[in-house]
Amino acid sequence: MKRVRIGNGCGFWGDNLDAPIQLAKSGNLDYLTLEYLAELTMSILAVQKQKDATAGYAHDFIDVLGRLAPILTHQPRLKVITNAGGMNPRACAAKAREVLTKDGLAGTRIGIVSGDDLMPGLDNLMTSGHTLNHLDTGEPLSSIRDRVVSANAYLGAEPIAQALKRGARIVITGRVADASLTVGPAAFELGYGFGQADLDRLAAATVAGHLIECGAQATGGLWMNADDSTHLEKVGYPIAEIAEDATFSISKPPETGGAVNIETVSEQLLYEVADPARYFTPDVTADFTTVRLTQAVPDVVAVTGCAANGITDSYKVSIAYRDGFMSAGTLVIAGPNAAAKARCSGVILLEKLRQAGFTYAATNVEALGAGDCVPGVVATKDDPPEVVLRVAVRDPHRAAVERFTKEFAPLVTSGFAGTTGYTTGRPPVREVFAYWPALIAKSAVTSFVEVV
Amino acid sequence: MPKAPLSRIAHGRSGDKGNHANVAVIAYTDAGFAWLRENLTAEVVAAYFAPLKPSRVERFEAANVRGLNFMLYDALAGGASRSLRIDTQGKTYARALLRMVVDVPADLANGHA
Repeated sequence: MKRVRIGNGCGFWGDNLDAPIQLAKSGNLDYLTLEYLAELTMSILAVQKQKDATAGYAHDFIDVLGRLAPILTHQPRLKVITNAGGMNPRACAAKAREVLTKDGLAGTRIGIVSGDDLMPGLDNLMTSGHTLNHLDTGEPLSSIRDRVVSANAYLGAEPIAQALKRGARIVITGRVADASLTVGPAAFELGYGFGQADLDRLAAATVAGHLIECGAQATGGLWMNADDSTHLEKVGYPIAEIAEDATFSISKPPETGGAVNIETVSEQLLYEVADPARYFTPDVTADFTTVRLTQAVPDVVAVTGCAANGITDSYKVSIAYRDGFMSAGTLVIAGPNAAAKARCSGVILLEKLRQAGFTYAATNVEALGAGDCVPGVVATKDDPPEVVLRVAVRDPHRAAVERFTKEFAPLVTSGFAGTTGYTTGRPPVREVFAYWPALIAKSAVTSFVEVV
Repeated sequence: MPKAPLSRIAHGRSGDKGNHANVAVIAYTDAGFAWLRENLTAEVVAAYFAPLKPSRVERFEAANVRGLNFMLYDALAGGASRSLRIDTQGKTYARALLRMVVDVPADLANGHA
């Protein structure tokens, strides 16, 4: 039976830089996928592109590609699929071309998938009835239109499969659904189409893509029963081996740390899922409740029973809009009564700002170490010897937030005994890009595939 | 009946969907799942996480992996983009839920540590 081996070496922008190299070397892969785009990444990239027309993509990928070049030379069948293109897939491809040429891979064909960026035609879309209402509140986008910095449809696997069909070895996309990075090559290699008849197979590839999209989270990362014997310091990244009969396995390269078992795969199956019977992607609505997991051999889990639950006629759209500024700083407060003193220190800090004429749209004081990761839920009984005081503010006025960052240091001398930890200086101020999820009819969005 | 933390019966994982958190709880055994299904209702979880002020809590089942998935709507104080909390994405919420101390049959309480 025909099978395709797809490994994911990057679960988010910021993931381990050596993982893609290690996975490509020892994973015996047909495809390496690299996922860089979280919900907010696009807004940051959009602002970068506004300042510099050649920026706006995940530049980590370029460094990784340079290190992958000898492996690509050594493994002529290995292909790479990535959403590193971000807001500027063409610029990312141009830079990738430079790297490949320098490393003796001049003839490599690069596929570019775009069309996800709705900003150029956003007003036309809105005047033609695509109101892009907020998925939760129902509010129309027009209420914040002037603050929008990015609007991207999550494209599906079809343009990726097209790029492969046209001979691409490296496929660079903008925003696509994370699982589609896996579904694209599976569909191309295993001969799936994208019609009704293919939905169960697309669902299987989607489950596979969902399981590997967060990298090591399928292979022992975040596993609740991990301990020092799990050897997360050498954790292997996940591989989905997908067969044409809509079954697949999850594994990791030999001689690596981590674990692939029913627990690690079950935890990841339900990660960032709402209704597990309806996992919406542009390719298919997958039903996670029919999936059967079996431990085939150690560190290999077989997955069968994947089924579709229909397909929708809309794409999800991720919109980001300017929403003021925020900053968060920390100090350490030693006890006794560290938690109470830390919270009081936070109140003092905000009160001094009030006296100086600064108030904020939102503030938050946390005593970390005393249960405030889940405030009010995880009660503390003991008196920890020290806690981290964290104070955060958000406000439309940058100057007010700038002023806030200067109020931590004074507490080192004017606060409680046992205050320390002011070694990293004033905390940075960052612009807030708030998230506006919406849906748009697939018919209103056109994806583009170039192979260069 | 003995008291035990939910972590004796189940493991889990949590994360974010915009301003909503999802908390998945996965039983170690069929008996454990049957107990969870009966006792770990959306109401119980909503009461436990009430300080986070979710607008509502919805429970979904994934019996194939002995899992219950709880959606805590609007529980993230703005979510990854604008929440002022350290845990903007609800990553620690599964651990928090599994600290819940419950009355369970002795054979379950002696299960997985």
